[in-house]
Amino acid sequence: MSLYRDQGVVLRTQKLGEADRIVSLLTREHGRVRAVAKGVRRTRSRFGARLEPFMHVDLQLYEGRSLDVVTQAETVASYGAAIAGHYPRYTAATVMVETAERFTSEERQPAMQQYLLLVGALRTLVEGERVPEMVLDAFLLRSLAVAGYAPSFADCARCGEPGPHASFGVSHGGALCASCRVPGVATPAPDTLLLLAALLSGEWAVAEGVEVRHRREGSGLVAAYLQWHLERGLRSLPLVERA
Amino acid sequence: MYEGVVQDLIDELGRLPGVGPKGAQRIAFHLLAADPADVRRLVAAITEVKERVHFCRVCGNVAQDEECRICRDPRRDVTVLCVVEEPKDVVAIERTREFRGRYHVLGGAISPIEGVGPDDLRVRELMTRLADGVVTELILATDPNLEGEATATYLARLVKPMGLTVTRLASGLPVGGDLEYADEVTLGRAFEGRRLIDV
Repeated sequence: MSLYRDQGVVLRTQKLGEADRIVSLLTREHGRVRAVAKGVRRTRSRFGARLEPFMHVDLQLYEGRSLDVVTQAETVASYGAAIAGHYPRYTAATVMVETAERFTSEERQPAMQQYLLLVGALRTLVEGERVPEMVLDAFLLRSLAVAGYAPSFADCARCGEPGPHASFGVSHGGALCASCRVPGVATPAPDTLLLLAALLSGEWAVAEGVEVRHRREGSGLVAAYLQWHLERGLRSLPLVERA
Repeated sequence: MYEGVVQDLIDELGRLPGVGPKGAQRIAFHLLAADPADVRRLVAAITEVKERVHFCRVCGNVAQDEECRICRDPRRDVTVLCVVEEPKDVVAIERTREFRGRYHVLGGAISPIEGVGPDDLRVRELMTRLADGVVTELILATDPNLEGEATATYLARLVKPMGLTVTRLASGLPVGGDLEYADEVTLGRAFEGRRLIDV
């Protein structure tokens, strides 16, 4: 029986037996870990709200055969209340954790970048200075980039011809030049591609200057691009509340 | 593996929540050794519950008739409505004997990660119930966990424009517990919800 300590974000919880829960965590050092939290559903549990989704916790776990067991948990940052108290944030945050879970399908494979990205995105969401759906789109694009699927928004994704270009091929990896474009690809407004590039690189000033209708078009492209690379659709994505 | 019907019984029992293969085997052999009258009573109870129990058409609680006992009771206060997730929450609140109003059972909580949105719950039925203006206070008694809080937030936002009082059950320290063992979120909520002591 070996004990280890790590920090992590709770991605989802699942009931187990009478009073326990299985907690799926994205940890800093150990990647995605599934662990049992014993007695957590009892009102007098010592874990209390620490192992609710979106909580950032410092944990001690011991390694089990298939599932680890949480022995101690201390709060690093509590995002739950600020997220649950604001419905658009809640739906956006749920997509974030589901995406993080899907991109770390292999358990115990270190995924430090995904972890840092998720913590940063949840913090930004809770601070409330940015529009939740833009924080979500920025997270999704960067999460794709970390996983190796970074879309190209300026240069042609096929031949590398410097952009900007008018077409965007979801299955081709991004913008397409006039000679590479194939029938049926999207032709978004130039501002939409500008917005997505800004979200990917974190230029919030540029992103926030773009009109709402382009944001909507951008969100559609991000969703299509994400679903293409994840193969199976996300359950939470259709339930996102958009302004 | 056991022969035919015994194995069938073990398999069926093993599908029940919280019953594993070993437990299923133990129950199966208990039934085999039990008095035939006891087993018949159990079978009758299971059949009857499936045949006679419906969901109340008003509140969604389990009921033996079209409407449940609480919705039929004229002594209950019709101006206060308490929203809960599951029928078992109604039972829990009834045990307190503090609440004299009526209930509305949602059938779960909003959980996008499980694919459950507002349209999968009895939210529309709730809005229809509130439309006639009889209810003046809506108590949101969804579970004090993340999904429950988010569901309460969603409902509050939906209902507030109708001009009724919307309240949420208090969260805080469990009675009989130790302060030092309370987690930060719970203790924080207890501070937020502190009240004046009248002496």
